[in-house]
Amino acid sequence: MKTIFALAGVTLKELYRRKDFYVLFIITILICLVMASVNIFNDEKIIRYLKEISLLLIWISALVIAITTTARQIPAERENRTLLPLLAKPLTRTQLVLGKFFGCWFACGLTLVCFYIFFGALAESREHQLPLLNYFQAAALHWFMLGIVVAISLLGSLVFAAPSSNSTICFVFVAAILTVGRHIGQVALTLPEPSRSIAYSIYYAIPHLELFDVRDLIIHDWPLIAWKYFGLAVLYALAYISAFLVAACLVFRRKAVN
Amino acid sequence: MVSSRTYFLLLIALLVLCFGLAANLEPQFQSMRLSRASGDVFKILLGDSRALFANHFYVKADEYYHSGYYPTIFDNRDAFETPHMAEDTGAVNSKNHGPEEGFLGPPRDWIDAFGRHFFPDRHTHLDEGGPTDDLSGSENLREILPWLKLSADLDPDNVQTFTVTAYWLRVRMHKVAEADAFLHEGLRHNPDSYDILFELGRLYDEDYHDTDRARNVWKQAVRKWLALTPEMQKENKLVFEQITTHLGKLESDAGNYGRAVEWFRAAQKISLTPGDLQKRINELKKKMAAQPSPANSQPH
Repeated sequence: MKTIFALAGVTLKELYRRKDFYVLFIITILICLVMASVNIFNDEKIIRYLKEISLLLIWISALVIAITTTARQIPAERENRTLLPLLAKPLTRTQLVLGKFFGCWFACGLTLVCFYIFFGALAESREHQLPLLNYFQAAALHWFMLGIVVAISLLGSLVFAAPSSNSTICFVFVAAILTVGRHIGQVALTLPEPSRSIAYSIYYAIPHLELFDVRDLIIHDWPLIAWKYFGLAVLYALAYISAFLVAACLVFRRKAVN
Repeated sequence: MVSSRTYFLLLIALLVLCFGLAANLEPQFQSMRLSRASGDVFKILLGDSRALFANHFYVKADEYYHSGYYPTIFDNRDAFETPHMAEDTGAVNSKNHGPEEGFLGPPRDWIDAFGRHFFPDRHTHLDEGGPTDDLSGSENLREILPWLKLSADLDPDNVQTFTVTAYWLRVRMHKVAEADAFLHEGLRHNPDSYDILFELGRLYDEDYHDTDRARNVWKQAVRKWLALTPEMQKENKLVFEQITTHLGKLESDAGNYGRAVEWFRAAQKISLTPGDLQKRINELKKKMAAQPSPANSQPH
């Protein structure tokens, strides 16, 4: 475990050396501040549109950081010829994959902390209330969803030839699940066989990332999600993370590194 | 050597030339199609597709009215054909049918059942307290306003955006001045809109208690409605009934019973509930009979 976390620490340091996060964070702040300055019928208490824009930007930024950071991890080690020296140390391929995963996942967690603190401050400035537990649930579910995305991206970096193609495919895959994932089962009902079975297979096989998107509950001040279901969602995420990581380890074990 | 006076005169000559050129070019530039000088950024960027985006934001406002509980293109939308925020103003013909509560239907599978814990799954209206059912929180209705304003900016020809926004501004947010200004903006874009004139009349009558201005505006609305083609009149009967009924009530309150009867009769011709109007006419006739002098005149 020590080796894995040492490797994760290196990956984490790489994030704050790079400028991706700073740029996205500043752009998010600027857009939100500009939107907040708009006068809407002289009413300064209007906040939900601002929460929606802010959360949308946070989701986009977090996905960009998660996918692009993860997609280049192993290809960059190979290009810089540091992969072989790394594996020559007492480090197994599984440990390398896990180290890279935890590094990217913790990096995403760190960026989410910054983003959600800003979001909380922005919402509090107009609503004068801070539903901390609701924000915690939203941020935690978001983080676990990013865990699945990081695992997918890591697997993709071992399967696809270049980080760019991997990133593009991951973005398309994640965006498709977030927008239509919930409705595939509904659409399947209207299809004839064998399309119906294929659609159902996809529906049950894909990780339902949209489950973790609780933005509407936060924007419209809905009550807390029952902790039982929150816990089940976390378990659901952990199951998919494990599945993708096992697949990544299996692929990497058989992959030539030179 | 050239003197400084020459430079000064040259500078003045150049300034005069600049001014003359600007004065000559500016009107031409203003008349150019898609001129940036028109100040309508949306028109320049989006062209005629503005209406699509405007409709999207109008629906978005209705989604906010339901605190996020809203059917997608995959769900049964029968009960959401007419936005509820417009329907609840009472000035729009509703095309909704079917249950509002259950467009999701029963859960189809465990993923669907589990997923419903993570998004709004209950039908609420912001003016009735929203998700908390706390009526004191109905001021949250203000949250629909940004999307309505954006929708109106994108498509100023959509009359309903102006009337719905003004209604909620006036009735729930008590922002009468803002509603007044917004309706006038709508009227500038749609000078023939009887809907906007009707809403403006309600504002004068109910908020400013200025019955003379309300009467004038509503009469103007009637004239605009009468100028429609018979097909258009048939489609827009509800607003005519409302205008004439309001005019009738206004005249009745002012003691002009004869005029009130005439307006109620006009409403009766197209009303779905002529019996109710007949009762009011009968009451007014009784009042007229009880009056000592025949002071009532016919409407103009």
